Amino acid sequence: MSFSEIKLLIQDRFPKSVIENENISEGQIEIDGSLWKEIATFLKNDPKLLFDQLECLTGIDTGEEGPLQSRYNLHSMELRHKIEIIISHDRKDPKVESIEQIWRIGDWFERETYDMFGIVYEGHRDLRRILCPDDWEGWPLRKDYELQETYHGIMVPKIKEEEGWE
Amino acid sequence: MGVVQGDQMILNIGPQHPSTHGVLRLEVMTDGEIVSRITPHLGYLHRCFEKHCENVTYEQVIPFTDRCDYLAAMNSNFGYVVAMEELMDIKLTERVEYIRVIMAELNRIASHLLGVGAYGLDVGAFTPFVHMLRDRERILDIFEYTCGARLLYNYMWVGGVSHDLPKDFEKICFRFLDYFEPKIDEYNQLLTYNKIFIERTADVGVLPADVAISYGVTGTNLRGSGVKWDVRKEEPYSIYDRFDFNIPIGEAKFGTLGDCFDRYWVRILEMKESIKIVRQALKDLPSGDIFETMPKKIRPPKGSVYRRTESPRGDLGYYIVSDGTAVPERVKMRSPAFTALSCLDEISQGWMMSDVLCILGSLDIVLGEIDR
Repeated sequence: MSFSEIKLLIQDRFPKSVIENENISEGQIEIDGSLWKEIATFLKNDPKLLFDQLECLTGIDTGEEGPLQSRYNLHSMELRHKIEIIISHDRKDPKVESIEQIWRIGDWFERETYDMFGIVYEGHRDLRRILCPDDWEGWPLRKDYELQETYHGIMVPKIKEEEGWE
Repeated sequence: MGVVQGDQMILNIGPQHPSTHGVLRLEVMTDGEIVSRITPHLGYLHRCFEKHCENVTYEQVIPFTDRCDYLAAMNSNFGYVVAMEELMDIKLTERVEYIRVIMAELNRIASHLLGVGAYGLDVGAFTPFVHMLRDRERILDIFEYTCGARLLYNYMWVGGVSHDLPKDFEKICFRFLDYFEPKIDEYNQLLTYNKIFIERTADVGVLPADVAISYGVTGTNLRGSGVKWDVRKEEPYSIYDRFDFNIPIGEAKFGTLGDCFDRYWVRILEMKESIKIVRQALKDLPSGDIFETMPKKIRPPKGSVYRRTESPRGDLGYYIVSDGTAVPERVKMRSPAFTALSCLDEISQGWMMSDVLCILGSLDIVLGEIDR
């Protein structure tokens, strides 16, 4: 199925959830996060879509003022088509429903994105840090991240501030 | 982990343990000898790859990708440069494409050699491991002859490769392939058809296809479960659509479809296919300039790209977001070993303690890539 057909199908079913955004490229759909679990279930189970594989979940920080984003790359092994879903989160209180029980790999992907960006996936049964130590402070991949000074009495070295590579 | 009751016991494996293929800690809950749950603890090798990428230029990311999957550094490079070229819309010269495919496939053989060799070691067969390391060494020698490095190459650059093929490369490579091809049958006699090896691996750790897909398991592990999925065929990148090769899948050779033996067997078969590809590529290798299409400044336009390639461990994806400057806004690596490890808990439940390491080995994980 082509991208525009998939988009139409989602729009028909969830007319209020699809957000029109001209800045995103072909193959991406931006949706509102409030119905995400329902939409995800639809994407996985609809016989015309059958997105059975969550390829990748990427967290993105769009800058100091902008929102945080979760980007889901979905792929159908059955029908061999794919799509990318973008969900924006409020920077102050980033949260969205968890899809951990729909695609099992969502478990670790969500833990990783939580670890790096602090996005809370509501309904996740085991939302802990995965790569950083459990007692690490802050969300490392956010643009406004500041390193903690010491960790268990060990000095944490600062990244050298460069002028940029221009 | 919950409350420990009756005969239950929590056993800690790792982080320093020869069979975890790196620094991985497994918290195993056992009921007598039977495993009831495994909780993997990752992050001992976390080097902030993605954070580093946001502080260096696009070309400086490439050495970092080497160090993620250090057993198949060429393939790690390959994935990144393919994604970058898609983002920047660069068309390469023929020679560069052929050189890249040759290097990637040779590295796939080297990686599988270590994968199956170390797997034999996991289940108690020491000798095949030494034989396979000996042959892997020959591939590393070819790489060293080409670009000076044995393990971490920094060989594929955006728009080209760092060194042209050296004098007599084709001859040396053909000589290696002629030497190596019969060796696979020798491995089969030495390890594959060994009765003890079959007993240890057949029917053990069965990974059904739907579970594998739900867990995002890809590559040889998914093909071992009988799913015909290979990015090289399904979403051809570079020039893979020109070569004639098969996708071997698990066929329940000695046990159930998707058991440890099937995953192992797919790797052996894949080495043969890689040899086929290298032979074809060497035969058609065109001449040309390798630096011609290399951009002077790497400034991708604003936008993002997600591209996956087939590394020896599965679908290696890069998500690159560019804001139009020389420094990436975000680089995300979707590592195949990370997803493969996530299904360990599910497929190990109900097996004996001694089978856990057998199952873990059959997934062929590299911790450098999981922890990044």
